[in-house]
Amino acid sequence: MSHVQTDIRQGAYYDSVVLMQLQRALLDEPGVLDAGVVMGTDANKDILAQNGLLTDEARAANPEDLVIAIRAETEAAAHAALARVDDLLQRRQAQTHAIYRPRSLEGALRQRPDAEWVLISVPGRYAASVAREALRLDRHVFLYSDNVPLEEEIALKRDAAAKGLLVMGPDCGTAIVNGVGLGFANKVRRGPIGMVAVSGTGLQEVSTRIHHLGSGITHAFGTGSRDLRADVGALTTVQALDILARDPATRVIVLVSKPPDPAIVDEVLQAARATNKPTVVNFIGYEPPREQDGTLFFARTLAETAERAVRLVESTPAVAEPPDTSGFATKQRFLRGLYSGGTLAYEALLLLRDYLPAVYSNAPLDPAYALDDPTTTRDHTVLDLGADEFTVGRLHPMIDNDLRLRFLAREAADPTVAVILLDVVLGYGAHPNPAADLAPAIEQARATAAAEGRRLEIGVVVVGTEDDPQNSAEQMAQFEQAGARLFPTNADAVRWAGALVQRLALHHTIRPVDVARLEKPFAAINVGIETFYQSMEAQGVPVVWVDWRPPAGGNERLMSILERMKRKA
Amino acid sequence: MIDIDKTNAEAVERMMEARPVLVGMGKARDVIPGMRDNLLLHAGPPITWERASGPLRGAIIGALLFEGLASTEEEAVALMERGEIDLEPCHHHNAVGPMAGVTSPSMTVYIVENKTHGNRAYSNMNEGYGKVLRYGAYSEDVLARLRWMEEVMAPMVSAAIERSGGIDIKAMIAEALHMGDEGHNRNKAGSILFLKALAPHLAAVASDSDQLTEVLQFIGDNALSVLNPVMAACKAMADAAHGVEGSTLVTVMARNGTDFGIRVSGLGDRWFTAPAEIPKGLYFPGFTAEDANPDIGDSTITETAGIGGYAMAAAPAIVTFVSGTPQDALNATLEMYEITVAEHKYFTIPYLDFRGTPTGTDIRKVVETGITPRVNTGIAHKEAGVGQIGAGLVRPPMAIFEAALVAFAETYGF
Repeated sequence: MSHVQTDIRQGAYYDSVVLMQLQRALLDEPGVLDAGVVMGTDANKDILAQNGLLTDEARAANPEDLVIAIRAETEAAAHAALARVDDLLQRRQAQTHAIYRPRSLEGALRQRPDAEWVLISVPGRYAASVAREALRLDRHVFLYSDNVPLEEEIALKRDAAAKGLLVMGPDCGTAIVNGVGLGFANKVRRGPIGMVAVSGTGLQEVSTRIHHLGSGITHAFGTGSRDLRADVGALTTVQALDILARDPATRVIVLVSKPPDPAIVDEVLQAARATNKPTVVNFIGYEPPREQDGTLFFARTLAETAERAVRLVESTPAVAEPPDTSGFATKQRFLRGLYSGGTLAYEALLLLRDYLPAVYSNAPLDPAYALDDPTTTRDHTVLDLGADEFTVGRLHPMIDNDLRLRFLAREAADPTVAVILLDVVLGYGAHPNPAADLAPAIEQARATAAAEGRRLEIGVVVVGTEDDPQNSAEQMAQFEQAGARLFPTNADAVRWAGALVQRLALHHTIRPVDVARLEKPFAAINVGIETFYQSMEAQGVPVVWVDWRPPAGGNERLMSILERMKRKA
Repeated sequence: MIDIDKTNAEAVERMMEARPVLVGMGKARDVIPGMRDNLLLHAGPPITWERASGPLRGAIIGALLFEGLASTEEEAVALMERGEIDLEPCHHHNAVGPMAGVTSPSMTVYIVENKTHGNRAYSNMNEGYGKVLRYGAYSEDVLARLRWMEEVMAPMVSAAIERSGGIDIKAMIAEALHMGDEGHNRNKAGSILFLKALAPHLAAVASDSDQLTEVLQFIGDNALSVLNPVMAACKAMADAAHGVEGSTLVTVMARNGTDFGIRVSGLGDRWFTAPAEIPKGLYFPGFTAEDANPDIGDSTITETAGIGGYAMAAAPAIVTFVSGTPQDALNATLEMYEITVAEHKYFTIPYLDFRGTPTGTDIRKVVETGITPRVNTGIAHKEAGVGQIGAGLVRPPMAIFEAALVAFAETYGF
């Protein structure tokens, strides 16, 4: 035996969805067998009738009336349920704070377009495809996952290097970027020391020791455990060293790793030397030929590495950053020195040994680099145009600019040339106004190169005083106006040019990572384990945590189709 | 090799730039291409009488009674069993129909023209709520209403549309999205806008004020009045994006009550089908999920064109169908951004700072992310003749997107 009770509410309009919800809630009340909550239209009354809920009261209801009909086991239960209607109508869903977790990297980047880093810690067999996607979307990668196939690692790193992006890893446990610790990282003070580490705990010990000694870290890049294998070729290490070389805040560099493959030790050390910044190298277990080699300092323990770096900071004045390499065409890579002064040319050759393996000359340091024909140039060349072979039947280039103007025009037109060095020697007996000839030629040469899509740098050192008849200040002003770059000494000009072509050679093989981009406030996308998400949150870093699942539900065939579709022709 | 991102960008651009305008009405046999006297159109991918679900069978019986091709249910069933009546999808004829979608030769349909690309699309008239043909009901009152719609309402609405010079449905959808509609399950605002657009012209063309009252009342009482023109508009937009070489965009999603089917822009007229699922939702008094028919109807054309379930964030009220919260409505739309290639240029969502709705479903993204489209839908009783028993949410089966992806890879050599 059941009882039907009806409650009619006149003029009470509710959205039909609200009514259906109320009806469902009423069904959960004790003793309720069926319930109907509808507006009193004829169609709705039919529905109530079909279900035995249409009482006389309900039959009399108007379309504007709310009809609540309940069939319950007992009359009391029906009444009790009706008494609950107001509460149920007013019950609001608790405000959920469930924020949307995107399922894809692309979706995550829509939420946080400013995230420059993707932290990946998904199972190894999926990690490479997530990393590839990150690179496709122009983001740096911190790749914690291990068990990534070696050939995938090599492909990822090559792709990253070609795009000016970093792939730290696979199997990279730790890093510090712009003051933010990634993976297992310590809270280390910011400071003037930059690190590159193949070893995760090595990075942690050295960076914390640096902190204890009162100094700090600019960036500490992890490279992944296999970066210094010959087949991987230290790609990430070289990229990271290049970043630290160009990072103005980094004054001293630390390189920590297990011993590299012997086949690439020299290459790695050359990359460290090329930073032109004091670099403490600790290839754990490696026997260095000597304790110091130019700007390289070898340390044996992690503690010594940190102490050495901190001491070097104290003894190292600010180092000029290597010149910016943007704007040069891909063929441009050579330096040409067109000297009028023999000693200046000789000094240039000496100084360039720190930057370049081979410089040709009509007066070379090593006879192997003597030019067959002194009037020609090749690769990197420094010419002494005041040498005897050029002055036969002709005035010295300090007096007559004609020869230099011809060489300048020829070298400037060579599409492989990136930088030209000139000395201008003033004083009694010298040309009365060399800039009057040379400056317009410089301007012309640069304009012609620019018209052909080349950036041409011309470095000038003026040897003279403002009391000289030519007035050095006035001469320099003319050169500056012509677009030349002026240096106070020959050594400054040569070092600048050497560093420029050295970095240019590197940037023709790897696209430089944009240092300014690394300095932007850190934001990240986390794909994988929750710990890394929490660690970002704890550091106050904006982070989106992707609700990652294996692509295509882990179906290999579909995954491979999707991969092929992503590889554009 | 084809640059799929580019072909998809082209396809979705066509979809978004299409401008569907309601230009008139006509009898299906006169205006729908390929329509013939022994043909019934139905929702979803192709299906036979044998495999047809209850509500589709009911609607077919009702349509045969309405056409006078049968005078009893038994005669109608016999006609179908003898194969004397052909069944073809609305989608094979540039048409769409909600729920069963059954459209017979004598029914009047809306004609929507895409003014940008020139293609046309068609949809039947909406009968309102309750026992209606589209849910498989075919009792005498259902047929009487259909006859009234044909004899009284259609001529008047047709004349009113003509007098209006055409009603811009695209602009109407855009406006309704700012008024709490998502264009599929909730068309309250859109239907009022539709009535507003028609009313002065109806008044001008009506010769009988009682009939005018009936027509105004009928359109005004039915919060789904505009659904059918909206669906035809979505069809016109989706068709504009169909047939782009090398595009992985979905241009048809449709269900016939047995199967869910999709078509893909770059894969021609092929259907990819799998059994349709039962929607999750709220039921009318006396009904439960036990009574529900699998998903049915062409109304998923709205999601295909970037509204409906995809625009859930514009219509938070809808989400309560599955006991959701406004945050869930928001998440529904955010989720759809992950499987679409564009944000609509014209359909925007106020709450998302007027971000465009997620538009242009990419089968690659569906398969990769494991996210299938979200569809808002009505729920039909599984038996013929009962009608609507609820409303809720449903998703298409993943298998059809996987099959389409494999077919695409084979066709284009990936």
